[in-house]
Amino acid sequence: MIRFENVSKTYEGQSRAALLNVNVDIEKGEFVFLVGTSGSGKSTFLRLVLREQRTSKGHIMVAGKDLNRLASWRIPQMRRQIGTVFQDFRLLPNKTVAENVAFALQVIGKPRSHIRKTVPEVLELVGLDGKEDRLPDELSGGEQQRVAIARAFVNRPMILIADEPTGNLDPGTSVGIMKLLDRINRTGTTVVMATHDVSIVDQMRKRVIELQNGHVVRDESRGVYGYQH
Amino acid sequence: MRLNYILSDLGIGLKRNLSMTIAVVVTIWVSLALFGSALLANSQVSLMKGNWYDKIQISVFLCTKDSGGRGCSGAEVTQEQKNRIQQVIQTNPDTAPDGVFSESKKEAFESFKKLYKDSPIVSTVTEDQMQESFRVKLKDPQRYQNLVSAVAGLPGVDTVQDLRQYLDPLFKALNGLQIGAIFAAGLLLAAALMQIFNTIRLAAYARRREIGIMRLVGASNFYIQLPFLLEAVLAALVGAVLACGTLWLGVYLIVMQRAQETFRVWQWVGATETFRAMLYMVLVGVILAVIPTFLTTRKYLKV
Repeated sequence: MIRFENVSKTYEGQSRAALLNVNVDIEKGEFVFLVGTSGSGKSTFLRLVLREQRTSKGHIMVAGKDLNRLASWRIPQMRRQIGTVFQDFRLLPNKTVAENVAFALQVIGKPRSHIRKTVPEVLELVGLDGKEDRLPDELSGGEQQRVAIARAFVNRPMILIADEPTGNLDPGTSVGIMKLLDRINRTGTTVVMATHDVSIVDQMRKRVIELQNGHVVRDESRGVYGYQH
Repeated sequence: MRLNYILSDLGIGLKRNLSMTIAVVVTIWVSLALFGSALLANSQVSLMKGNWYDKIQISVFLCTKDSGGRGCSGAEVTQEQKNRIQQVIQTNPDTAPDGVFSESKKEAFESFKKLYKDSPIVSTVTEDQMQESFRVKLKDPQRYQNLVSAVAGLPGVDTVQDLRQYLDPLFKALNGLQIGAIFAAGLLLAAALMQIFNTIRLAAYARRREIGIMRLVGASNFYIQLPFLLEAVLAALVGAVLACGTLWLGVYLIVMQRAQETFRVWQWVGATETFRAMLYMVLVGVILAVIPTFLTTRKYLKV
């Protein structure tokens, strides 16, 4: 599903590479943790998958398509296959919960009938039924993140990318979010999650890819965070 | 495209930037009005030139029974007289080779009808009242004295006119006005472009959260650009309509009420020319609003 072939990325004006010779192969349906300190290249990795940046060297294949060869106008189409969740939730403050999720469907041209049906479904899936008309600032952190996850998942994407989704949440709430992501993963969605959260990684025992200074230093299935050595 | 969402977005966007949108509309309004005036001045010059101005310099009008010129004796010019006149003209050293044209009463009447089509004069004039004429092209437009004196006194010749003599100063004035109007229009359009650029930059910044999410979620570039394009088109149309209204008002007050009455000698711009100018104004307005919008949104909404 996602394959990095000898990928290197150096941002303009920087001498040190953000990613160097990264080779990673993620299959469909996998759940992968991306761990490492700040600046290790986790966010760059995710940005490259989303084609927000191009590689300096090497190829990235997402669902069989070479991202470097993708024409600019086809990128939006590709992004519809990838749901994203961020540490700061990124909700629209003036829209209700339901409107925030519907927004993702509206802007890609889904008909109103489809939206009316799927939004309540996905809100129930994330455990927010009853809260459709609340505004984001009326919700707790965990609830806001659930809205973000609902929005990311409503179009049933192939891949879900999460960049430190529990970063702003307390441990208890984080567990709830992880359970949700696990459930989503079990429907067949490939999940790639960058995180600092040691306990979550240790608890879930999924595949762990550790980055250090842009290199992949560890790639084990059923791994632990293992950072404190 | 879901029309409802787009329309409501459009309304919100316009309200948010109301003062800037008004500024854009006003700038487009004034610049297009000036542009339209320049177009009308152009039409006016063409009208005044008529069929012959560009081709020849001297017009020799022949006698009808009502003519009072020196060579007229209360009767129509005869064929003999015409032949004689033609010979004098053709053999004159200042006349350009193949530069002698004749215009019959019928042809003159057709021209007259076309030129004065919007005027009530047409119904009062008959073909018979038209004058036959010879139209002469000179080798050197400045050397006309010789020919004029040779022809002026001939029997059958009513008047000899050098149209350029009294039309040229007028054309110079109109041309001056045209250049001034185009220059001012150009400056204002440049200002409008910069305003549009600014408005979009601010709007894109104000909507950066929505735009960011739209990009992330996979909205097509066109969908993201659409609200901006629609706002630009709407502002341009409103500006253009106001400009057309202003132009019509100007034509009505200045030309139709005043000039046409005072200067009946030639034809003035009327409804046809004004509508044609309006069409160009609307086209130019919309195109000039859409192009910078498209380029600016592409720049600020990079994928």
